[in-house]
Amino acid sequence: MTVLGKSAKRGLPAAVTSPPGDPAAGASITLVRPSAAKPRRGGRIRIPRVARRVIGPVLVLIAWQLACTEGVFTSVEVASPIAVLDAARELWSQDVLQSNMLISLQRVVEGLVIGVAAGVALAVLCGLFWVGEDLFDPVIQAARAVPILGLVPLVIIWFGVGEFPKVFLIALGCVFPVYINTYAAIRGVDVKLVEAGQTFGLTRLGLVRRVILPGSLPGFLVGLRFALVAVWVVDVVAEEINAQSGLGYLINQAQTTDRTDIMFLCLAIYAILGLVADAIVRTLERYLLVWRHGFQGA
Amino acid sequence: MTTPVQAPAATAVFASGVTRAFGNREVLRGLDISIAPGEFVALLGRSGTGKSTLLRILGGLDPDYGGEALVPRRRAVVFQEPRLLPWQRVLPNVALGLAISGPNGRARLREQSLSALSEVGLASHARAWPVALSGGEAQRVALARALVREPQLMLLDEPFGALDALTRARMHGLLQDLCARHHPAVLLVTHDVDEAILLADRVLVLSEGAITIDLPVRLGRPRDRGHGEFTALRTRLLTELGVSVE
Repeated sequence: MTVLGKSAKRGLPAAVTSPPGDPAAGASITLVRPSAAKPRRGGRIRIPRVARRVIGPVLVLIAWQLACTEGVFTSVEVASPIAVLDAARELWSQDVLQSNMLISLQRVVEGLVIGVAAGVALAVLCGLFWVGEDLFDPVIQAARAVPILGLVPLVIIWFGVGEFPKVFLIALGCVFPVYINTYAAIRGVDVKLVEAGQTFGLTRLGLVRRVILPGSLPGFLVGLRFALVAVWVVDVVAEEINAQSGLGYLINQAQTTDRTDIMFLCLAIYAILGLVADAIVRTLERYLLVWRHGFQGA
Repeated sequence: MTTPVQAPAATAVFASGVTRAFGNREVLRGLDISIAPGEFVALLGRSGTGKSTLLRILGGLDPDYGGEALVPRRRAVVFQEPRLLPWQRVLPNVALGLAISGPNGRARLREQSLSALSEVGLASHARAWPVALSGGEAQRVALARALVREPQLMLLDEPFGALDALTRARMHGLLQDLCARHHPAVLLVTHDVDEAILLADRVLVLSEGAITIDLPVRLGRPRDRGHGEFTALRTRLLTELGVSVE
């Protein structure tokens, strides 16, 4: 037998043969440690997590810049990070960047608010009432299968080229992910909790407010994250096809003048806005789903 | 809610000819039961005999039964699992579904919930999240949630079945204290013969869809598991449940 304590770990053979105890048990048993002792390397430099997460993107930027300056791409094919920064400075000074970004942001927020509200309303309707489900769910499932971008020409005929058709398309883009996830979450709320609510005298409204909606919150937040991606996709297309403003319009304009740097700039802005949106939802999750981890306060 | 029906005087539970079938399987076949106010009744039975089915019917969770069943309006259920809402802290979980009208209703509700929590020894956990509680603590919160409504009938569905033996013993003591203070009628569904004899004024055995044994427990409290009469009762009940005792 060997001691499995820490002090005995190093410098001992990997396997030990125990002395024979009960002769009736036959041959002695060879003992090994349940897990191989991992030698700890001392003096490792600890890099903060934020810094470690920045390293990847920074390496990509450096490679991108090098590929451009070393002539792998021409400046019309790919704009270098520095050229993109210059374009940003140029458009900012002309107030082109701010105004177009703001108008895109406004459309996206409007569409998002309307779409999320509609998605939640439909999910509650279909999730709580069999009539709602039988009546609406097949229609929604069918509508979901229609590519939204295929609707663009129709929407132009219906609503013209003003703000409404753009907001409409964006809203449509986030109804479905919110609906699907919230609906599934409502149906997935633990029946045992619903029963507990019933036995303790919750009314139907109280049951919805205190049991079903809080229980479906995690699913709703998943839907919201999908929606936040969808809105930007729809926004670009809506603005590239019929708009005189917005980031999509800016990309389209840049194409006619071969300004690759502006195209990259707009794409970079989309990427950053996407990151910001994701961070917002994550913060939201941390506050709304605090009960999952059970720490005090907050 | 159906209109109140006059039950025989001094009853907390009155059921007569209760039937319940799942598909072709008749689980309850004309079951009669009556429990007096303040009486503690334990219901034993092998698994699958319909103990929980009866409890769900009395708790209002199963409307698809036949026969007559009458229960008080103020009743509370404690399930085998605590069934606390994970997204509410302990205190609002205790007050679930309760509202006190009039001035200071909220404050009075809070006070009552807190006092129910302190009766189960968890006043300091009022602001904790359910996920942070141990199994025994969560079940005590579930008890407080039942108590705070001052129930005339408490329905307990194997409430200690998922707890370890030490915690279960402490919960037995706690439950007896609470019953001595609040005097609700209790129907405890259990498969633990000792638990039934230890706690109940009367032990019923459910078998083949009806009550086959109805035995009063005439032992003083606190009860001693080693007492001769205790052992005799245990042997009798175990035999009835199909377990031979040597």
